[in-house]
Amino acid sequence: MMISVSHLSKTYDDGFQALKGIDLEIGRGEIFALLGPNGAGKTTLISVICGIVTPSGGRVTVDGHDIISNYRATRSLIGLVPQELTTDAFETVGHVVRFSRGLFGKKPDAAHIEKVLKDLSLWDRRDNQIMTLSGGMKRRVMIAKALAHEPRVLFLDEPTAGVDVELRKEMWQVVHDLRASGVTIILTTHYIEEAEEIADRVAVINHGEIILVEDKAELMRKLGKKQLELELHATLKAVPKKLSQHDLVLAADGLRLIYTYDTHAERTGITALLKDLHEAGIRFRDLQTTQSSLEEIFVSLVRSEP
Amino acid sequence: MNWRAIWTIYKHEMSRTRRTLAQSVVSPVISTCLYFVVFGSAIGSRITEIEGVSYGAFIVPGMIMLSLRPLSVTNASFGIYFPKFTGTIYELLSAPISFIEIVIGYVGAAATKSTCLALIMLATAHLFVPLEILHPFWMLLFMVLTATTFSLLGFIIGIWAINFEQLQIIPLLVITPLAFLGGTFYSITMLPPTWQTVSLFNPVVYLVSGFRWSFYEISDVSVGVSLGMIAVFLGTCLIVVWYIFKTGYRLKS
Ligand SMILES: Nc1ncnc2c1ncn2[C@@H]1O[C@H](COP(=O)(O)OP(=O)(O)OP(=O)(O)O)[C@@H](O)[C@H]1O
Ligand SMILES: [Mg+2]
Repeated sequence: MMISVSHLSKTYDDGFQALKGIDLEIGRGEIFALLGPNGAGKTTLISVICGIVTPSGGRVTVDGHDIISNYRATRSLIGLVPQELTTDAFETVGHVVRFSRGLFGKKPDAAHIEKVLKDLSLWDRRDNQIMTLSGGMKRRVMIAKALAHEPRVLFLDEPTAGVDVELRKEMWQVVHDLRASGVTIILTTHYIEEAEEIADRVAVINHGEIILVEDKAELMRKLGKKQLELELHATLKAVPKKLSQHDLVLAADGLRLIYTYDTHAERTGITALLKDLHEAGIRFRDLQTTQSSLEEIFVSLVRSEP
Repeated sequence: MNWRAIWTIYKHEMSRTRRTLAQSVVSPVISTCLYFVVFGSAIGSRITEIEGVSYGAFIVPGMIMLSLRPLSVTNASFGIYFPKFTGTIYELLSAPISFIEIVIGYVGAAATKSTCLALIMLATAHLFVPLEILHPFWMLLFMVLTATTFSLLGFIIGIWAINFEQLQIIPLLVITPLAFLGGTFYSITMLPPTWQTVSLFNPVVYLVSGFRWSFYEISDVSVGVSLGMIAVFLGTCLIVVWYIFKTGYRLKS
C-alpha cells in the first residue's frame, strides 16, 4: 500500500468535525478519485496527509512511513496541487518551479524542470511573471510546482476547476504518463464523469465519512445494469412458473413486472422474455427502461446520509 | 538539516530585495543624510561633544541602530506574512522541512538585508563625519545580533498578524518609542535620575550602549551587561518561535 489511513479524524478549532474515522488504503501506482459534494472533507483529508492540517486522531502512513514521526520521508514523496490557485504573483514561472524543487531539498536539475514545463506547455512562458498568466496557465504552474521534485504520490485537489477541455486533455495525459512511471495519483472531484474517465478506483466521501470505495469496473458494472418495466393489463398474484428462468420481480401492486439485465452482456434476454410472455398470455400496456447511473448511485448514497 | 531548503528560502527572500534594490538602498542613504542635517547640524551646533566625542560622531551608532531595528522587523514580518497572505504557505508546510529550517531561511535573509543596509548607512555617515571604530569585530557582532534578534521578533509578528494593520502596529507602537527613549541621540546619563532608572528597563538602551562602545569605548552600561541583555532578548524570541512551531499557532489548523 502506498497510502494507508486508519481511524483518521479531524475536529477543527471551532468544534466542527470534518473527518470522522476515515479508513482508506490506496495502492501503489493507482489513480484514485475522491468523490464528494462541497464540504465533504476532501481537502481536509488531503491536507492532513500532506502535513498542512494536524490530525485529531488516527494514523496515516505513506510508503510505510508515519506522516507525523517521519514527516521528512513522507513529504519528500508527495507532490500537492491545492484547490486554490495560490502563487507568488511577482515571480517568474521558472523561478517558482525551481523554488519548489529546492524547498524539497532536491539538487537543481535543469533538464527535469525543462521536461515538466514542456509537458505542461509552460516552457515558452518560463520567464513570464505569474500575474501575467491566465487562470488555466496558473493551474499549470501549480502542477509544475508539484512535479518539480519528482514526487511518487501526486495529490490533485479539484484539478479541473476552471479548466477548459484542451487543458483537461493535457492534464489527463500528464496524469497517465505519471502513472505509467509508477506515480500514485489521488484526485478529488465533484463530478462522476471525471472519476469515471480517469480513475482506477473511486471513493465517495460525505460528511467526513467514506461511504463507498469501489473499483471503477465494479461501479461501471452497477452502472451497466438496466431495468425493463412492463405495465400489465391484468394483475398477477405471482410471477408465472413458465417465466421463472427470467430474472423477474413482480411489483407489490401486481401490475408491473420488472426485469433486470446487463447491457454489457452478450445477450440481454429481452427477445426470449417477450416471446415467453406472449406464450404465457401475459399482455402489457406499456413498457419503459431505466438505467441506474453512477450519478444516481451517488446521489442516493449521499442522500441516505443523515 | 535540509540545508538545500534553507538555502532556497534564503535565496528566494534575497531575490525579492533585488527587485526593489534601488529603493532599498536609496532610503537608508536619504535618512542618514536627514539625520545629519537635522540632528547633527541643528543640535550639534549647541552640543559640541559628549564624553569627548563630537556630537555628530556620537549619534552615528544610535542612528544606525534606529534604522536597523525597524528594518529587521519589517523585512522578517513581511517575509513570512506574505506567503500567509497569498496562500503559498501551503508549500512550506507540506515540504520536508522542519520549522527551524524555515526560521533560519527567513530570519537569516531578513537579518542579512538589514545588516547590509546598516553598513550602507555607516558608509554614508562617513561622508559627514570622520569615523573611527575602535572595535570593528564587536561592532559587527552587535550589528548582526541586533539584526537577528529583531528579525526574529519580526518573524513572530508576521506569524501572529492576521491583517496588514496588525503587521504595522507593533513596530509603530512599541519599537519606535523604545528606540527614541533608548539613548539614540543622547547619553542616558544626561537624563534626570528617575528616567535613568526607567531607561534601564528598555532593552534598546543596552543595544545602543554596547554598539556605541564598539565605536568609541564609551557606554551607558557595561559591555558585558549589554551582551547579556541581548542574549536574554534573543533567547526570549527563540522560545516564542519554538512555541509557535510546536503548536502550529496561526500556521496550521
Ligand atoms: N479551518 C477550518 N476551520 C473550521 N472548519 C473548517 C476549516 N476548514 C474546513 N472546514 C470545514 O470542514 C468541512 C470540510 O471542508 P473541506 O474543505 O475538507 O471540504 P471539501 O470536501 O474539500 O469541499 P469542496 O468540494 O467545497 O472543496 C467543511 O464543512 C468546512 O466548512
Ligand atoms: Mg476542497
